[in-house]
Amino acid sequence: MAETALHDIPSAYEPSLFGTYSKKIGMWLFLLSDSLTFGALLYAYSYGRISTAGWPTPFHSESIVNATIMTAFLLTSSLTMVLAVRASVHGDAKGQRLWLLATMLCGAGFIVLHGREWSNLIAEGLTLPMFSKVPGHEAAGEFVNVSKTVPQFGATFFGLTGMHMLHVTLGVIYLGVVALRRKFIPILLVLWLVAWLATPAYSPFHYGAHVLLIAAIVISIILWLKPKVYDSSDVEVAGLYWHFVDLVWMFIFPLVYLMSAKIL
Amino acid sequence: MDTTQIALAERAAEQQRHHGKALFFYVWGALLLMTAIEVYLTYQNMQPAKMLTILMGLSLIKAALIIGYFMHLKYEVSRMKWLTMTSVVMCLILMTIFFFPDAFRILYLGVK
Repeated sequence: MAETALHDIPSAYEPSLFGTYSKKIGMWLFLLSDSLTFGALLYAYSYGRISTAGWPTPFHSESIVNATIMTAFLLTSSLTMVLAVRASVHGDAKGQRLWLLATMLCGAGFIVLHGREWSNLIAEGLTLPMFSKVPGHEAAGEFVNVSKTVPQFGATFFGLTGMHMLHVTLGVIYLGVVALRRKFIPILLVLWLVAWLATPAYSPFHYGAHVLLIAAIVISIILWLKPKVYDSSDVEVAGLYWHFVDLVWMFIFPLVYLMSAKIL
Repeated sequence: MDTTQIALAERAAEQQRHHGKALFFYVWGALLLMTAIEVYLTYQNMQPAKMLTILMGLSLIKAALIIGYFMHLKYEVSRMKWLTMTSVVMCLILMTIFFFPDAFRILYLGVK
């Protein structure tokens, strides 16, 4: 029925190939290309996992519980996101903003828990050469030589999960802009300062926090060049991005965490 | 946006207005349940190849639910469904072919 209705919409241009608006098609095309980026990273991790002897299994029960809560956060955020889209198409501006903020809260919870997981692994000695050493922490016995003997673990684990965490962070910022527009810029700057000052200098999150500053600058330029009120189509497109981030985690969680679990 | 884009966006919004909230809660519940099953299996000391197969099967079902219901692809025109999904699946198959000589080493090496 949708296909036949396509030609009913009057236009100076030829009918839309996919029967929907350009912003949505643009986002779908971006997500398709992004899925190949994550596909390559997942393949790299899995290939290394299969072909490398002595692959570490650092995910104890505590890590699995942590990753399960992270998964629950993301799944719940997807639910709140569809409820935000639903509120927006019904013209419920207050509901839309509240559900978007709930989605951002779940995303922020995911980032905090993931940051804690990274910090624990780095403190145990599962790290990258580019990360500073944690002062006063010796590598755990089982991982003392892992960064030298199996460097593929750190490279693929931090590459894959870091790329995902960056996507979640940018997703939270994207939703913040859609929900609060210009009002979100000072909030983002405060978050940047808190993240920068609250993390120790050796933590990768100390310099990683600058992503928030860069995002604040980019958003300021975009909103200054093209100030607008976001409508339901913008919320739907933002939702597509957010669900994709959730979707990717549905593969990272079993492949990275559950398949490298160490259950005692 | 020009008038065509506004009309297309309004039609997409109109489609969404017909979905009840309950459906989204069912999908969310199913996703949580499948995650719980995955975690339960981790504690069962299964053979790695068997566990990997089950986990990937569940992940594909979860992905289909998210794409179909949350990302709304189930309700898009069939041309969009086929072109988007076929192209991404083909690319992922090409990646598998790239790794083909070693892609099935898991079957005899196992995952330690």
